[in-house]
Amino acid sequence: MVMIIQTYWEMLLKAMGQTLLLCLLSLVFASVIGMIFGLMNVGHNRALNFIGTVYVDAVRGVPLIVLAYFIFFGIPAAIQGLGFSDFRLTALQAGTIALSMNCGAYMAEIVRAGIQSVDRGQMEAGRSLGLSYGAGMALIVVPQAIRTMIPSIINQFIITLKDTSILSVIGFPELTNVGKTVMGNTFRPLQAWAIVGIMYLVVITILSKVSKRIERRVNRGR
Amino acid sequence: MAGNGAVKISVKNLKKNFGSLEVLKDISLEVTEGEVVVLIGPSGSGKSTLLRCLNQLEKVTSGQILVDGCDVTDKHTNINKVRENIGMVFQHFNLFNHLSVLNNMTLAPVHLKTLSKEEAKEKALQLLTRVGLADKAEAFPSQLSGGQKQRVAIARALEMNPDIMLFDEPTSALDPEMVGEVLAVMKELAKDGMTMVVVTHEIGFAREVADRVIFMEGGYIVEEGTPDEIFNHAKEPRTIDFLSKVL
Ligand SMILES: Nc1ncnc2c1ncn2[C@@H]1O[C@H](COP(=O)(O)OP(=O)(O)OP(=O)(O)O)[C@@H](O)[C@H]1O
Ligand SMILES: [Mg+2]
Repeated sequence: MVMIIQTYWEMLLKAMGQTLLLCLLSLVFASVIGMIFGLMNVGHNRALNFIGTVYVDAVRGVPLIVLAYFIFFGIPAAIQGLGFSDFRLTALQAGTIALSMNCGAYMAEIVRAGIQSVDRGQMEAGRSLGLSYGAGMALIVVPQAIRTMIPSIINQFIITLKDTSILSVIGFPELTNVGKTVMGNTFRPLQAWAIVGIMYLVVITILSKVSKRIERRVNRGR
Repeated sequence: MAGNGAVKISVKNLKKNFGSLEVLKDISLEVTEGEVVVLIGPSGSGKSTLLRCLNQLEKVTSGQILVDGCDVTDKHTNINKVRENIGMVFQHFNLFNHLSVLNNMTLAPVHLKTLSKEEAKEKALQLLTRVGLADKAEAFPSQLSGGQKQRVAIARALEMNPDIMLFDEPTSALDPEMVGEVLAVMKELAKDGMTMVVVTHEIGFAREVADRVIFMEGGYIVEEGTPDEIFNHAKEPRTIDFLSKVL
């Protein structure tokens, strides 16, 4: 075990960095996607409701691994077929798109539930003062919704961090992928996967501790 | 206190359905400037719905509502602009829970630029003094009693400088010992000439402050008149029946 760490620590840390990069990019895009589709789903516009529901159901109904294959292999093939023969997606690009779409769909549900947890009277009071729907959302409803959403958001972020490991299937050099290499090179699967597992565990534990602190901070102002 | 003639609100043949449920069947009504109109009636008779149609929190099914001559049911009307002029006070206060009392009051005028930040703050403090809560400016809603919340809600509505105030059972969610402090604020407002439409079960308040009392049942206005006409000399059997239960 010590020998594996001595030989592969640089590679493993770099892989961890790739994992975190993929995760971070995806979380940023997923937050935006989640906000947009979540808001579409709580509004009263039938067409937007429909688009939002279709998006959430479609993405949640497809395994992430299939979505990743579809984007990494399927989309470039289709675009090449249209005559752009040089078009390719890197594993990072495809991975970020797939993970953002996946996490975004769950975030949309979190946003929807959060907004619906705010009493309708809050918006009505805002509207009765002359605020527009958008201003009522931005100034009154969403700030209150975010507080109830925080635990679910943290939970989703942790799931997404773990889901980065699925992107090893399209060859993205994140931690799990590098774990496979280490196992192959050393013929010590027990030690190799124990190290990889502990690395995930440490990062996720730090992430949830930090998040808990943020959560407490936000709730203090209530 | 009584109306001086200018029509502030004019409702013509208002109908409102929720799906297949007809809640308001044919309501016509006028409220003149400075008038205090009290709506009474059994639960489910459509009082809240009527009030909420006036500022378009509910869309009407048919009919017309003019506020200051402006047709609020017309979709070309800028309803947000009209609402700035119509304050509303809710049964459950609906204070913004994430904001201090002061920020509850200044949020809308500052965002809508009807007042600058400083003006809004100054005005809020004056209004809080008027409702007896000058020391609560920095408090959060969760730190207030029901009566205090409702007085803040009234002050918040007044901050927009409305011509008309709508009250939907403002004291129904309050402990009995807090009803008086809210009614006192409302009486002050009435005395200062505010045009008010009030849904309430407080018959004492209606007797003392109302210029006109309207009894609703089953989506119709059954009877209307001065407090004396309604409470002492009602003509309609349904009014008499209702009053025998609440008086
Ligand atoms: N958003 C809604 N959707 C469907 N039905 C509704 C809605 N709002 C009110 N109703 C129905 O309309 C009827 C009238 O309701 P409304 O709240 O106007 O009565 P009310 O006179 O204010 O009664 P209360 O004294 O209980 O407040 C009731 O039968 C109620 O169930
Ligand atoms: Mg009601």
